[in-house]
Formats: sequence, structure tokens, C-alpha cells
Amino acid sequence: MSRLTVPKTYKLYIGGKFPRSESGRTYEITTAKGVFLANASQASRKDARDAVVAARGAQSGWADATAYNRGQVLYRIAELLEGRHAQFVDELVSSEGITAAAARDQVDDAIDTWVWYAGWADKFVQVAGSGNPVSGPYFNLSVPEPTGVVAIVAPQGVAGSKPSSLLGLVSVLAPALVAGNTVVVIADQAHPLSAISLAEVLSTSDVPGGVVNILTGSPAEIAPWLAAHADVNAIDLTGADALDWVDLQIAAADTLKRVVEPEPGVPARSLDRILAFTETKTVWHTKALI
Amino acid sequence: MSFLDYAPAPESTSILHLKDSYGLFIDGTFVAGHGTPFASISPATEQHIAEIASASAADVDTAVAAARKAYEKTWSKLSGSDRGKYLFRIARLIQERARELAVAETLDNGKPIKESRDVDVPLVAAWFFYYAGWADKLDHAGLGANPRALGVAAQIIPWNFPLLMLAWKIAPALAAGNTVVLKPAETTSLTALLFAEIVQQAELPDGVVNIVTGAGETGAALVRHPDVNKVAFTGSTAVGREIAKAVAGTGKKVTLELGGKAANIVFDDAPIDQAIEGIVNGIFFNQGHVCCAGSRLLVQENIHEEVVDRLKTRLATLRLGDPLDKNTDIGAINSREQLDRIRELSDIGEAEGAERWTAPCVIPENGFWFAPTIFDNVSTSSRIAREEIFGPVLSVLTFRTPAEAIAKANNTPYGLSAGIWSDKGSKILAVADKLRAGVIWANTFNRFDPASPFGGYKESGYGREGGRQGLAAYLTTAAAAESASVRTSGYSRARKQAETRTLAAGEGEGK
Repeated sequence: MSRLTVPKTYKLYIGGKFPRSESGRTYEITTAKGVFLANASQASRKDARDAVVAARGAQSGWADATAYNRGQVLYRIAELLEGRHAQFVDELVSSEGITAAAARDQVDDAIDTWVWYAGWADKFVQVAGSGNPVSGPYFNLSVPEPTGVVAIVAPQGVAGSKPSSLLGLVSVLAPALVAGNTVVVIADQAHPLSAISLAEVLSTSDVPGGVVNILTGSPAEIAPWLAAHADVNAIDLTGADALDWVDLQIAAADTLKRVVEPEPGVPARSLDRILAFTETKTVWHTKALI
Repeated sequence: MSFLDYAPAPESTSILHLKDSYGLFIDGTFVAGHGTPFASISPATEQHIAEIASASAADVDTAVAAARKAYEKTWSKLSGSDRGKYLFRIARLIQERARELAVAETLDNGKPIKESRDVDVPLVAAWFFYYAGWADKLDHAGLGANPRALGVAAQIIPWNFPLLMLAWKIAPALAAGNTVVLKPAETTSLTALLFAEIVQQAELPDGVVNIVTGAGETGAALVRHPDVNKVAFTGSTAVGREIAKAVAGTGKKVTLELGGKAANIVFDDAPIDQAIEGIVNGIFFNQGHVCCAGSRLLVQENIHEEVVDRLKTRLATLRLGDPLDKNTDIGAINSREQLDRIRELSDIGEAEGAERWTAPCVIPENGFWFAPTIFDNVSTSSRIAREEIFGPVLSVLTFRTPAEAIAKANNTPYGLSAGIWSDKGSKILAVADKLRAGVIWANTFNRFDPASPFGGYKESGYGREGGRQGLAAYLTTAAAAESASVRTSGYSRARKQAETRTLAAGEGEGK
């Protein structure tokens, strides 16, 4: 006799908590073949704004953590993800309609991506910073610092292309966190389940609440509010190719946000992605004339 | 005659050999512009200096075409070491003609000759010399092996440091292998045109540097030109926003160096003598026409009175007047328009309840002048504490704890620069960490160097100028260069769709 399973309720992830959308809306998630899987929360403008408030509240604490500490926290995500490997494989197989082998590859790659970026936390400053030989009795040092609150449209598995909902999310989320930014990310609209499962990993790892906020729902609906939000410092439009992303960029210009433009597929691991959300600060200090 | 009264010591203008009128500098030669020419005047005397051509959209097109041709036919084919040698030549020619350039700058801009002679022009030469050496070392610029130039750079510069801003723009662009079309500010075109003569003397290949003079429309045409790959702008945040919108979805790379409202924080353990000099330098250098000026003095409450009293005493000794006089500390305001803005905001400051104090000095009859002014007891919400005045006006606010100083310093949409004065190194470093600004000066202010990156956080813009970081703003990685050609068509399609939508929305409103 087979046992009746206990399905999971998928909600949003804001400020370290799992609220339903304040709008009360959900949308149906199905398998590739159209079989019902779950009702995902359909985030609203208000949810997006709440997420920005949570991200702003967590930003200075995350940025003030030592680089070694941030690196360990990011590495810890990889550890926990490894432990839940099978769960993510199952979820990806059913939601993306991919083979178990392809799902395993995707989860492996997602875990390794966390490890790769974790290692950068205490190194990118050395690589991108500089000691500057100015003409005069001054100590002069340039270091990259986090930009602040970053809004992200995660890669979207669009019809006709192979989705990579978990790897796509991790590939944009991890680099933004390395320097000490906090994030509001809109997950793959059609395949959001692994994003919320990842939120469970984040909430049980050492990532402080509010550092990562995950919204599920329609990027076309939510992204314009984030692009125009005055307390968002940067917007990553990697997964916004199918949206009216030039309009988003124009909206972002009102508060001179840093913008990363759309990129098809899953972005490769790169130092550039870390540095895209940093600001170079240069400090001059006088030296005594002795 | 007190010890503060000096006999006049004006720098002679006989070193200048100015023409009556200047054309546009396109493809290596001066050509007539097709817009209506305008006069450049001395802001200190309102006397006519020369007639300047105005570039029409068609002229901008010609200049961009010249830059494109030079990029493809000559400049991108040259070795890095040869590009570097041209830049070294330019640096040397600037040094040779330094006095002439300083006099022209002071005449046209109104800044004191001691500043143009000792700060602006030496930094211009240094900037070219620094970036000259980078031209054959691009593999070490931090973008991996074989980084690529972007192509044609459109560069728009402000009137506060005309020749220096030109150097900040042109030197790294050329070192990285780009060609440029530069538009100087309308009121200060003169030294850019003298620079064009230097370009000729250096025998720089035709079209590598093009200079189009004119007003805002000329700049707009340049920014929007479809054959431009990079836009670099220094100026107001309002124009910066428009540029960011205009280039959205075009694939053009952008650097924006915009406004500021810098906090200059003085702790009670500061070396007060130096701090007073630093505050004066921070806001009265170049008549306060400095985007990174220390326009908000945050002084610890227990030394507030002492600092303000000493500031007033010091300001009373500043000499305002003929910018060409070697003893002049405060020159002329660059234009009537700017003077009006300074007056307007100062009146608002007074109306909003701040205590106004003006240095006692004689204002010359002609020209545009504004005496050094301090507003004390300014509230954080006052417009003179929030808006960039871009003039010799200092707003004084107080704080009690470092945390309060940091909160007040960061309470602005800008984030270009900040100053910290304290003899306690650990306090300086801790406060510097917390300030959201791109350049922090500790126990000094308004220092610039080609090796030191400069640029803002938040609404002060993005990208850096100076140093290796400033070079990277004109380069792209080899991988990105290869994928860019694939994406260009996607860019223009997305941009066109956005414009169509905007147009449709506009029509809807009309109905």
C-alpha cells in the first residue's frame, strides 16, 4: 500500500521569514507535461517593497562581517545544499522535465558555484584594489566596497530553451553577495520551486535574515517597481531579456542605479560579476614630514 | 596699508597669441561650424576673448565619422608603445606651454592664476604622462590578457576645470586605444582649442582627437550619436540622468562623474590649524566650483564656536579679485548664470533660518563675483545642506558622536567625496569605512593625482577616473569584445522598441 505524500507549501522568502504574498495571490506550477505540482506565491509590488526594506536593514551588518566570515557563510550554503542534493534533483526533474543526470549536473554545478564565489570573499579586494603612488606625502589606497541593495531578475527558463532554474539563480545570487551587498531576487517565473527550496537552505544556514530575499511571480510585474525604487542601488537584468528591459534601465537611471544588462542562458562564474556590484573607495591620508 | 595689502602683481597676458575666432577641430584641422557662433568672455571683466564656433548635429556627425575612421585606419593599428609615445609628446608639449595654458585658463574661466598655474596645468601634464605609460601595458589593467579598446568615445566636460577635465577624459581614452570626440563646456572652450594646437604639434594622427564646441544640444547630439561606443560625462546629476536614459539599451559603455555635497567632518581632536586651512581649501578652492567640494562642514559641537570664529578670521584674509593677479585667492564666478544660482540658493539658506556671514571684501565693478560666505546653524533639511551650490558657500552643521557624524555625512543622495579631520588614526580609518563616498580625504582635502581613482557612490555617478581603474573604463575584455558584435543588433532592437513605446505613450497623453 503506497503512502499518501505530504506536499510542500511554497511561499516567499523575505527578511528571513516565509510569508505568503500580501496580495493573497498564487499561480500554478506544473511539470513540463502540464501536471500540477504546486501553487507558488505571486509576489506583488508591496512584497517587493517589503523585500527592499528587509534587504536595506540587513545590508550594513552583512557588509561589516569580515571577509573571512562572509566566505564561510557562503561556503556553508554549499555544505547544506550538498546534504539536500537528492531533494533538489527530484524537484528539478519534476519541474524542469530534465533527466536525473542533467538535474544532478545542475545541482553539482550550483554547489560548486557557491564554493567558487565563497573563496572570492577575502580576495577580490586584493585583486581589484590598489595602492596608489601619488605625488606627495600621502598614503593612498583604493578598495572596492559593496554597492548596497541589489535587485536581480534571475535567468528565466523561457519556452523553447532549456531551463536551469537553480543554477541560474545561484549564478546571479552568489556573486552579488560576495562583497557584502544584500539582494532582492525574482526567481525563474515558470520554475520557482527550487528557489524557495534554496531559501530553506539559506534560512537554516548562517546567512542573516534579509541578506537574501526571494520573490516568485511575474518579473514583468515586479521588476519595474524594483528598477524605480529609490532605495535599490543596483539592478541586475541578467534574466530580463524577454522583458521590456530598456524601459527598466531608463527607470533605473532616475536614481542612477548600476545596471547589468540581460545575458542569455546561465552566466559563467566571473570576477566581473562580483565587481559589477562594488564601488571603489579611495582614501587619502597625510603623512607627517619627518 | 596693512600687511595684508599687496601691490598688484598681475600675470601678463602677452604670452597668449589668441585668434579672433576659433573653429571646430575635426580630423586634424580647424573647420567652420554650422551652428551660430558664440562669444567667450572673461568672467572677471566681461570682456570679449574670442568667438567660438558652434557645432551642429551635422558637424557632430562629421567629427564622429572622423574619429571612427581614425580608430579603424590608424589608431587601432598602432602599437601600444607608439600610442604611448604620442601621449608622452603631448605631456611634454603641455609642460612647455604650461604658462600660456595657465594664463588662458584663468582668463577664460576666472580661476586664480596661482591655481591654474600650480594645480590645473601641472596635473594636466601629469595625467598625460601617467596614462602614456599605460598604453603598452594594457594586459596588466585588470581585464585579463589582450583587452580591447571600445572604439569612439564621446566626452563631455564641465567648465570648472576645463583643461584638467579634458586630460582626465582624453589621456586614458587614447592610452586604451580609443579615439575621441570631446565637447568642452560652452563658457570655457578656449584651452581645449589650444590643446587642439598641441595635438597638431604632437603630429597625432588626424581624427584621433576631435573637439566640437557648442552648448547643450551639441552634447546631446554627441551622446545620442549611434556610432559612439563610449560616453564619458562630468557635470550635473540632472544631465547625468538624461544621459543614462539616452544610452539605455544602446550598448554604449558609460562613465558619469556627477554632483556632490561632501561632508567635511572635523573632530575635537583634529589638528585645528591644518583643519582650518583644509576647510578653506575644501570649499573656497576654485570659488567652490568643485563637484567634490567640502560644502557641508560637520564640526563636533564642543569646538564649533572656535572653528567658526577661526574660519571667519582666516576668510577675512582671503584676497578676492583679478584672477590674473598672483596674490589672488578667490577669482571670479564662471558665469552670470552660475552667480544667479549661488545667490538664489544663498537667499534660500537665509530664508530657511541659517545664520549668514560674508567675508568683508571689495567686489570689483565688472564681472561675476561672490564673496566667501558661511552659513552657521544649518539644519539637515535645509536646501543649502542638501543641494549642490557649486560656489564659495559653506554650510556648517554640528554633531556630538562619530555615529552622528557618519549618519549626517551619509544623509544625501550624493556620494562623491568626504573629509575627516582627527589626530587619531584609528578613528579616521573607522569613520572612513562607514562613509558612502568614493574619495575620502583624511587630514587633507581636494587632492588629485592621475594614479588615484576618483568617482562617486550613489547619485554622484559611476565609473572611476584616474589610476588603473580609470583605464579600465575605456577597455573591455577580449571575451566581451567578441560577444558584443553578436549582441549589437539585439541592443538596437530593444532600444527602438522602448522608443516606440515612449512615443505611443506620449501620443496617448496628447489625446
